Amino acid sequence: MSDQGPVSSAARAPLLQAIGITKLYGSFRANDDVSIDLYPGEIHALLGENGAGKSTLVKTMYGLIQPSAGELRWLGETIELSGPSDARARGIAMVFQHFSLFDNLTVAENVALGLDGSETFAAMSARLAQVSRDYGLPLDLKREVWRLSVGERQRIEIVRALMQNPKLLILDEPTAVLTPQEADQLFTVLERLRGEGRALLYISHKLDEVKRLCDTATILRGGKKVATCNPRSETAASMARMMVGAEIGEVRASTARATTVPRLLIRDLSMAPDDPHGTYLRNISLEVFGGEILGIAGVAGNGQDELFAALSGERVSKHEDNVIIDGRATGNLSVTQRRKLGAAFVPEERLGHGTAPRMKLSENALLTGHAASHMVNHGFIDRPATLKAVDNTTKTFDVRKAKRDPEAASLSGGNLQKFIVGREILREPGVLVVSQPTWGVDAGAAAVIRQALIDLSSRGSAVLVISQDLDELAEISDRIAVMFHGTLSEPVVAADATREKLGLLMGGASPETASVEEVSHAVGA
Amino acid sequence: MGLVEAIVISIIAASTPLLLAAAGELIVERAGVLNLGVEGMMIMGAACGFAGAYLTGSTFVGALFGVAAGMALSFVFAVLTLGLAVNQVAAGLALTILGIGLSGLIGAGFVGEKIVPAPQLSIPVLTGIPFIGRILFGQNAFIYFSIALVIGIWWFLYRTRAGLILRAVGDSHTSAHALGYPVLKIRLLAVLFGGGCAGLAGAFLPLAYTPFFIPGMTAGRGWIALALVVFSSWLPGRLVAGAYLFGAVSILQLHAQAFGLGIPSQLMTALPYLATVMVLVIISRARGAAGSVAPASLGTVFVPDR
Repeated sequence: MSDQGPVSSAARAPLLQAIGITKLYGSFRANDDVSIDLYPGEIHALLGENGAGKSTLVKTMYGLIQPSAGELRWLGETIELSGPSDARARGIAMVFQHFSLFDNLTVAENVALGLDGSETFAAMSARLAQVSRDYGLPLDLKREVWRLSVGERQRIEIVRALMQNPKLLILDEPTAVLTPQEADQLFTVLERLRGEGRALLYISHKLDEVKRLCDTATILRGGKKVATCNPRSETAASMARMMVGAEIGEVRASTARATTVPRLLIRDLSMAPDDPHGTYLRNISLEVFGGEILGIAGVAGNGQDELFAALSGERVSKHEDNVIIDGRATGNLSVTQRRKLGAAFVPEERLGHGTAPRMKLSENALLTGHAASHMVNHGFIDRPATLKAVDNTTKTFDVRKAKRDPEAASLSGGNLQKFIVGREILREPGVLVVSQPTWGVDAGAAAVIRQALIDLSSRGSAVLVISQDLDELAEISDRIAVMFHGTLSEPVVAADATREKLGLLMGGASPETASVEEVSHAVGA
Repeated sequence: MGLVEAIVISIIAASTPLLLAAAGELIVERAGVLNLGVEGMMIMGAACGFAGAYLTGSTFVGALFGVAAGMALSFVFAVLTLGLAVNQVAAGLALTILGIGLSGLIGAGFVGEKIVPAPQLSIPVLTGIPFIGRILFGQNAFIYFSIALVIGIWWFLYRTRAGLILRAVGDSHTSAHALGYPVLKIRLLAVLFGGGCAGLAGAFLPLAYTPFFIPGMTAGRGWIALALVVFSSWLPGRLVAGAYLFGAVSILQLHAQAFGLGIPSQLMTALPYLATVMVLVIISRARGAAGSVAPASLGTVFVPDR
């Protein structure tokens, strides 16, 4: 069905063909006989869950990894890419999902590093200014990257790719970290690039975007290609079904009524960051009632990590009544003391923060569990009890693993996330603070986790969810507040919160402006 | 020669080995590698440098021997940490222990021997100018080279594309790899350069500072050089200031002791360390949050996925 794209009525030759690409890591097939044709003037979507092999395929096309079998053809001719510079020489450019930027270098230096160095730095800077103006992607060339917002960093990546005047541009989940308005600006640029006759390969999880933007979609599952389709004639649900290979259930809404007294109360919390590149928290106040889920939206790096650390007790605040859990002032208490009061915390980073990667699940269970439950007996580990805790979590949350008690690092992202969220929920916390609960988790596991959070709030707990995923927050939250530059907006009722309104708040507009339909202005400054 | 002139000349001589070794380590760390083996590479440079000069009668050959010895030892470090992805801290400490032991073995036959110290520059008229003549135009080649080296490093880091790539590799090896830069090769070259500089710094001691070799004669200078790199926030200009400050205080405290100020000599001997740490901490603090921070990949192992 790949010949149903809008431009395709004319006879034309593919720009890049990947034919039968297979990539083996040991006996694991990251890509298994994948073929894909990319045409000029077309935006081609590459869809699939985490681990479906999307990144492996595009890294092959960019010369970063060598396929075990199969070949690439550029304008019909077989080519070998021994490295990214080979790919760039052909006219292939790539915008990476995890930005390939250097935080301590300036914008101009970062761009220079992505080019072959055939022009002087001054000439390159002048051309950079020109390109960034041409495409309406403003950049301050002399600033260091760590000072920039995520949206600006994205712009550097895109302008850097455009500086190569590419024939094929590969974008790996470019909108994952953008506000809706920033994403709209990006789409305008991408549509212009398509109009200029370039080929674009667009990786995304967001099926609505794909329907709106893309001419063709190739869907991968478990390293294999399962379909090539025209996204405009599919529904988001039908594409999701092809990605997952099964239907995804809708979450059931909460039935609880919110309590009248907040179980988690943040009062005028201000805090300087630990890390010189961190964000100041400024006068944050918030009430989270029992029986509700309060979502905190915002672009990454606006103080979410710092807020999480202040709530969990990883960083202690100046005044003890900055953070009140079930009526007890806890601002000066440690993580363990807060846990003993019935609070639970799930950090964003699964490996290294949420678990000790090289330790067994039972040991990890003990590390957070011992503060409130009884896995320690006079200082000795009660091993049967820790194993039982693992078994409980495994059973309740359908954690799939190779053996009873494996190392944390050996679990897949989704299963480990189910484990660490499940571990906290099973303790029936009165207050749960969770950061990015389904980040990088496949759709099936995400549904399990979201349902568990809703069920927990139904039982009367106060749940605070920090997430970048607006769809997720809309699905599970009762109220949503937005973080921007270390401040927190007034929460709005989730049912009334449009994507536009939240997007404006994420870009720093005040709630009054946000209610006015001024979408184009506030973002990007 | 007046006392002040003599003091300045001895300060320069005391500072030079620190500057040479620290300049090399600065490049290594800018590439994201932490080589704690500076002390070991220096003492190997001292032993081999002395051996080379003693056997051939040439300071220049001696210096080359020193550079080669430092490079050889740093190559061992590179094989371990870059090739086999061994922990850099452990490998660096092992390198120091290896260097101290091996240099004792190599140098054993040379203890008690003497050589002609490195010749000093002598330009008619200029060297004869009172006071500044000897200081500016009457030094040995090591000293001029150390200054040229730091200027060269500054120019390389901030004015050349290769320097930009080196800084990029130290800031994020994953990004550099994603853009197609050969991270491990760049790091290998940086480590070898650092080894050569440390070897030269070590060779300076028996070739120009004291014209004989004794085991362990580096006396912790390698560790001071390491500390200077950190405290200078990886900036070449500040490195010169730090090295000369340390050299100055260590010479001045000797003269102060000779005056008999009644302060315990142990305390006086500790002064250079205290002064250097204090001044450099103050400078780094003053720059605050906006200051140059450590290369972000410093000390982390990189294994490219292929």
